[in-house]
Amino acid sequence: MSKRRVVVTGLGTINPLGNNVSDSWENLINGKSGIDNITSFDTADLPVTFAGEVKNFDANEYMGKQHARKLDRSGHLSIYAAEQALLDAGFNPEKRMGSNCGIVFGTGIGGIGATEDAVRVYDERGASRINPLAITQLMPNSSTGQVAIKFGIEGPSLTITTACAASANAVGEAKNMIENGIVDIVVAGGTESGTTPMTIGAFAQIRALSTKNDTPAEACSPFDKNRDGFVMAEGSTVLILESEESAKSRDAKIYGYIVGYGSTTDAHHITAPAEGGEGAVRAMDKALKDANLSVDNVDYINAHGTSTPANDKNETSAIKTLFGAKAYEVDISSTKSMTGHLLGGAGAFESMVCLLSLQKGVIPPTINLNNKDEECDLNYTPNNAVNKEMNIAMSNSFGFGGHNGVLVFSKT
Amino acid sequence: MEANEVFEKVKGLFVEDLGIDESKVTMDAKLEEDLEIDSLGIVEVVMAFEDEFEIEIDDEELADVSTVGQAVNLLHSKI
Repeated sequence: MSKRRVVVTGLGTINPLGNNVSDSWENLINGKSGIDNITSFDTADLPVTFAGEVKNFDANEYMGKQHARKLDRSGHLSIYAAEQALLDAGFNPEKRMGSNCGIVFGTGIGGIGATEDAVRVYDERGASRINPLAITQLMPNSSTGQVAIKFGIEGPSLTITTACAASANAVGEAKNMIENGIVDIVVAGGTESGTTPMTIGAFAQIRALSTKNDTPAEACSPFDKNRDGFVMAEGSTVLILESEESAKSRDAKIYGYIVGYGSTTDAHHITAPAEGGEGAVRAMDKALKDANLSVDNVDYINAHGTSTPANDKNETSAIKTLFGAKAYEVDISSTKSMTGHLLGGAGAFESMVCLLSLQKGVIPPTINLNNKDEECDLNYTPNNAVNKEMNIAMSNSFGFGGHNGVLVFSKT
Repeated sequence: MEANEVFEKVKGLFVEDLGIDESKVTMDAKLEEDLEIDSLGIVEVVMAFEDEFEIEIDDEELADVSTVGQAVNLLHSKI
């Protein structure tokens, strides 16, 4: 039996570049940075004082204080993005989605803000004063459960925690659910809200973060010789995946097709990529084979491109290994240069970028790319967006733990 | 402290801390049905009461409390 084709019929997002899809896209193609000094807490004791925060969003105003205070910020962002996506797909968010709809969400560290708060209270006031909602806010599947409750999603649910590959894996597993006929609709996405004091401090301890505190907007510089680490960011992005048959039967608009998914594990080191990006090569190869495509078909690669010295060098090697001579022709960019690293929310956001790029025929740039690194010598679309008719895009996501998730999108 | 003062303090906690609509907080209001305070919420309410009135409330004492009025009476008897 041939697999069912999977389309995307709705998009929703809240991230450092905007609180909806159109603002985010405008800022992406205009090369705007969403990175700035941290405003949500005092950074005086931290070695890194900037991040990509969501701006102008008041959860109390959006969902009412009584509901908002029961959720971690990651839950607020998830529900906000999911509601946008469902509306965009033509569903009524007041109605229950029912058992023909599944949900797959990715996150790296779940409700880490709630964890930090609860530990602080425990230390200062003891066990009897811990917030009784702490567990339901901090568990990694909290957003999955809260979104399902809010919109009555009764089909299968999964929460995927493969660090920075989490929501690429979420979109991929959701694609498999629809291909295999388990459900017709899946709400797939990813969320992270780790711009919190302990989390910034802990990532800084492993020297993963850029420390360019004086120039936040220029700090994330993927593939640039002077790159010095990633920039923490928060946000949520949700895609409505649907069988082509289901979408067409209700005359839904179609952004594009998810045609390939590859998932592999380095099994090498908990943070460092395998030499030459060996696991990434296998994931890209599997995703193309799943899509029945070859490297010659790929028009655009939305790179993982974190701006860490190790990732960008190894991802470049991996692309060269798989693509051969074609590596120097394919258009590549890292939109993390503008959003920062959305961690478990990155794969879903960058899936959205791929779909919009194909639909609109525009490749968003890699900003802050000014100094050539001899080890990163491919075409990364430096600093300015490029107009180009395209049909196939690939999105790379690689996570701590050695997890690799690659997705392939088609306009037709 | 008079019972009506206890009620006003309880109302203040519900409105300020829990975000409940002020007009819903009456002596007859049912905690679960009217104020949408679920089993997790009750634990929060008890913590807020304990902090506000500097008392301790055992779980058994809560068994018969399902309305704002019953909560006010329990608190009034313990202060």
